[in-house]
Amino acid sequence: MWAEILVIVIKVVVVSSVLLTLVPIMVWVERRGAAMIQDRLGPNRVGPFGLLQPIVDAVKLITKEDLTPSGVKGVDRLLYLLAPSIALVVAISVFIAVPFGFDPGLKLFGHAIDGFIVAPNLNLGILYIFAIASLGVYSVVLAGWASNNKYSLMGGIRASAQMVSYELAMTISVVGVLMVSGSFGLQDVVLHQSGTWFGFIPRWNVFPQIIGAITFIVAAFAETNRLPFDLVEAEAELVVGYHTEYSSMRFAAFFMSEYVNMVTASSLIVILFFGGWTLPGFATPAGWLGALVSIGIFAVKVAFFLWFFVWVRWTLPRFRFDQLMALGWKTMIPLAVLNFLLVGAGMALRNL
Amino acid sequence: MAFLVAHFTQIVFYVLALLAVLGGIGVVTFKNPVHSALSLLGTFLMVAGLFVLRHAEFLAAVQVLVYAGGIMVLFLFVIMLVNVKKLQPEAVFLSAQAPMAVLAGVLVGALVAFGLLAGKLAAAGGVPAALQTVDGKVLGNTEAVGWLLYRQYLVPFEVVSVVLLVAMVGAIVFGLKSASLDRGEGRAER
Repeated sequence: MWAEILVIVIKVVVVSSVLLTLVPIMVWVERRGAAMIQDRLGPNRVGPFGLLQPIVDAVKLITKEDLTPSGVKGVDRLLYLLAPSIALVVAISVFIAVPFGFDPGLKLFGHAIDGFIVAPNLNLGILYIFAIASLGVYSVVLAGWASNNKYSLMGGIRASAQMVSYELAMTISVVGVLMVSGSFGLQDVVLHQSGTWFGFIPRWNVFPQIIGAITFIVAAFAETNRLPFDLVEAEAELVVGYHTEYSSMRFAAFFMSEYVNMVTASSLIVILFFGGWTLPGFATPAGWLGALVSIGIFAVKVAFFLWFFVWVRWTLPRFRFDQLMALGWKTMIPLAVLNFLLVGAGMALRNL
Repeated sequence: MAFLVAHFTQIVFYVLALLAVLGGIGVVTFKNPVHSALSLLGTFLMVAGLFVLRHAEFLAAVQVLVYAGGIMVLFLFVIMLVNVKKLQPEAVFLSAQAPMAVLAGVLVGALVAFGLLAGKLAAAGGVPAALQTVDGKVLGNTEAVGWLLYRQYLVPFEVVSVVLLVAMVGAIVFGLKSASLDRGEGRAER
């Protein structure tokens, strides 16, 4: 009983602290990466290679004044204060259904750790992730509305339209993967992708389902509000949209949730389409060593996609809003449907 | 403590049900339409919790994904787009819709009462395993719902989807008509 609770507590603490520690690291990667792409130096004053810059930024954000536009009529104070909390709570609680390593039946304090996932017995798997992630839009919409500011409101309205549209494409593009692996559980999805075809092509879903992988990745960019889909913020037109009025740690909550969402999105891309913690031709060693190696492989793959997010952000320009909607409804959704029809046809032909 | 452990399900049920009903009352009593919409969102989430309590995890996930994450967001979108805050609230408590609303309420109540009296609802709710069994094998709620929808209730399922399609086409036709009327043109632009 107590060992079980202790294992769960350790999992929760480790996962949430790793997620939140990744935020300052990603901020550093983003700023230095942007500088590299734009042929500048980037932050290099604080610590070696500017590595301590995120800590200084955090101290700055904590010590800044927390302004609320409360003197203005029409600001909804309760919703204004609630919105950043929703963003962070949703971002972190999505991750409890994400498995991040191979468990060969390890025990901790005499109790099975039940896989490297916070909630192992959640038989909904990816459905839970989509359901909770779909609530994230409320933080943006409510922040935009409660600020009582025309630019913020525009950001909120854009967010509601954009996120609902791209959620459809995202959900449909996963159907093919779920059909092939026959399970909603992400651990089963990863297990299905171990091994190779013809001895050298990894059995990753990205090869047979390249259309689904592309639509999923593009939709993931739109759902995390990253460039080229950051019309919700659009500093040039909307003065950063929904969080114009926020300052101090409330602004930081939005900022952190964006990076936590990026980590979750990268993990999902790796798990669904790039074989999770498996490597072709590599047998995971037994015991704790194997578990650590599998977590390492997973982390390297996720790190690549995190860098991909940064890389794309500083390479592509922003869409116009009508282009975004046209892409979402007229290109992404038909392509995602095509992917699952092709997968279904392939499976039916094989069973003939 | 022992009481809490023994009656855990009941306690959670009553808390969720109470919050769901409070949310429903909030929808009709809040003056601000955004608050009403959020109140409805709370009700949806509490109902999802009730589904989890009855081991219908798939229904709970779909409830959150479709109603809370999709439909309510579109409600908020419309409320913000037309800026309902500026509309004057009409002090109408019992409008012309009231008799219809009472009739619908009575009919739904009668349906639930009939179900309870006939023992159908109690039987379905009393055995959670029935919601997770496919062909005698326990697989999971998602599989069980899929099995029922695509095998046993395939025709009603398809009929419902056609009805939804008709509603969607109708909405688009209305939208196109009003758009072309606004512009005074014969044909709507994109």
